[in-house]
Amino acid sequence: MTLPGFPGAAPVEGLVGGLLIGLAAAIMLLGAGRIAGVSGMAARAVGLSKGGAPWPMAALFVGGLALGAAVYTTFVGPVEAAFPPTAGWLIAGGLVVGFGTRMGSGCTSGHGVCGMSRLSPRSMLATATFIVSGMVTVAIINALGWGWS
Amino acid sequence: MKRSIVALASGTIFGFGLALSGMMNPLRVRGFLDLFGNWDPTLAFVMGGALAVMAVAWQIQKRMHVPLVCDEFSLPGTKLIDNKLIGGSVLFGIGWGIAGLCPGPAIASLATSFVPAAIFVASMLAGMGIFRMVESKF
Repeated sequence: MTLPGFPGAAPVEGLVGGLLIGLAAAIMLLGAGRIAGVSGMAARAVGLSKGGAPWPMAALFVGGLALGAAVYTTFVGPVEAAFPPTAGWLIAGGLVVGFGTRMGSGCTSGHGVCGMSRLSPRSMLATATFIVSGMVTVAIINALGWGWS
Repeated sequence: MKRSIVALASGTIFGFGLALSGMMNPLRVRGFLDLFGNWDPTLAFVMGGALAVMAVAWQIQKRMHVPLVCDEFSLPGTKLIDNKLIGGSVLFGIGWGIAGLCPGPAIASLATSFVPAAIFVASMLAGMGIFRMVESKF
């Protein structure tokens, strides 16, 4: 199914995938009493965070992300993905994402999914900020003619 | 043991959901951020679905004294809105726009597109490490 006006969008896959992401976050919240925030869990799993979840929990959650994607490719089909064409984009993006998510205490999962649904003003402001910042960044990259596709 | 199962189940369902949603495609994520170009609203559907389930989960959480397999809820209590929150989120958005990747899809992509995902994740962990070193200055 496509969305009128947006032939490239995948609204049904997006919505069902989103429901599963919400279910995963709900299992973490109601099961373990914690926020399923990927940046925090990843930092914890590699020893870059003092507080947070117990190490085994963080490591299993982070490992599960890759396992879930592997299960998808094994039983459903390939994951379509077009990455930036050069390592420079990946390295620059990765460095800033790592620094920024720790400085801002969260990313799309922690602030976006978990914090916004809790109606946390802090998370709503953080999410609005990184979405606007991302949109401005893409607009600047495109204006400079550096966009990749 | 129960805690391990909960953590692994949550991560695995999360990763499967990311794969299904299309959010492991940096081009599609970048399409959402390309509001002034060829905008792809798929990410909004993903976020909407996730928020709908979690809104219910928070209502259930309010009525629970303890989580199912741990002794207490360990949830962020700070309400502080400061330059650190805003500055960090601005930086995260810049990186998200540069590469079309945020931490969840990047880690999940280690299973499907290892080389680019590994370059991004290694850089992301380095960025986290750099923040750890300068954290006391904020």
